[in-house]
Amino acid sequence: MSLRRTMLFIPGNNPGMLQNGGVFGADSVILDLEDAVAPQEKDAARFLVAQALKTVDYGTSEKVVRINPLDTFGAKDIQMIVPCQPDVLLVPKVESAQDIEGVTRLVAQAEMEGQKPVQLIALLETAKGIALAYQIAQTKGRLVALALGAEDYTAGLGAARTKEGQEIFTARSLVINAAAAAGIQSLDTPFTDANDEDGLYQDALTGKELGFKGKLAINPRQIDVIHGVLNPTAATIEWAEAVVQAIRKAEAEGSGVASLHGKMVDAPIVARAEHILQLARKLGVEVMQ
Amino acid sequence: MMVAADKEEEVRKIGQAGTLESNDVMITVVPGKAGSGVFIELTSIVKDQYGDAIRRTLLDVVAEQGSRDLYITVADRGALDCTIRARLLTALTRAGAVGKKGVV
Repeated sequence: MSLRRTMLFIPGNNPGMLQNGGVFGADSVILDLEDAVAPQEKDAARFLVAQALKTVDYGTSEKVVRINPLDTFGAKDIQMIVPCQPDVLLVPKVESAQDIEGVTRLVAQAEMEGQKPVQLIALLETAKGIALAYQIAQTKGRLVALALGAEDYTAGLGAARTKEGQEIFTARSLVINAAAAAGIQSLDTPFTDANDEDGLYQDALTGKELGFKGKLAINPRQIDVIHGVLNPTAATIEWAEAVVQAIRKAEAEGSGVASLHGKMVDAPIVARAEHILQLARKLGVEVMQ
Repeated sequence: MMVAADKEEEVRKIGQAGTLESNDVMITVVPGKAGSGVFIELTSIVKDQYGDAIRRTLLDVVAEQGSRDLYITVADRGALDCTIRARLLTALTRAGAVGKKGVV
């Protein structure tokens, strides 16, 4: 599963930002054809993003394109963008499994022979999308994650959007649970005040504690803060190694349960420890095999 | 006299794309008289260093798209090759000359 701690939005009709998107160290860059582009410039952004995909070096960042919904410019986006080999399409305003199936069909038609299959992430940003999160998450084939878009969602609810995020607690939990149940990733909504570093830290921490695996970002300055929250700490890695050692020792002695500092270590604890070690390895930290 | 088969690839109206912001380029294409060829009027902050390369890129795109008889005005603000290609393709599309494949 790809590391998607941070996914940085880049406006699709801004050449300066598109050409520099790879230097900030985000796990993914999202070249945005939707909300960041005025309706009369959709054609220009589509050409620009297509050319950027073909020529700009985004380094280790995964290349994601947010297309428009299928009832506006989505089909045209897919037709031009998919042959330029993005890694993922972020599909906005998904409200049903049929929405993802529709995009899947168009992507399959647009792919070139031998091309690495383009994956999909569903952006849930309406009450209906949240209500059907599990049905959407189960769409087979290309879907690798659910993402929450809280601004449109709260606008639709008629709720005020706050920094504390009480109003999106249920939506966050539903997205995380649906994604986990379907075995895919869940990604948190962006924190929209790029100047409030403390607020971002708290918001990212809340998301992590609830179970999100990554967070959308709207400004390069947000990347380090989010990584700081989502990266495992030295103490956590140490704990995870101790857990894995304890269970291996127990298994060697014919038991499926171990004890560490007086606390029981069973399968879910081991799974969490292994996930932490896997993440640490991906980040280049030397940990036990 | 224009050849009927070529009509689809000819520019029929003025098309413009891009901005004057840094790293961008504004391109305007105007239909020329039949047989007049492609004429490029280029202003660029890096004209001395990259003027020839910019012209080459523009002519490549025009040739790929099967367009001819064009007057192209280019105001460059240090755009990369990919941006120049994208803005010209957009301007040509807006001018009604989608080109042979209609793709990048």
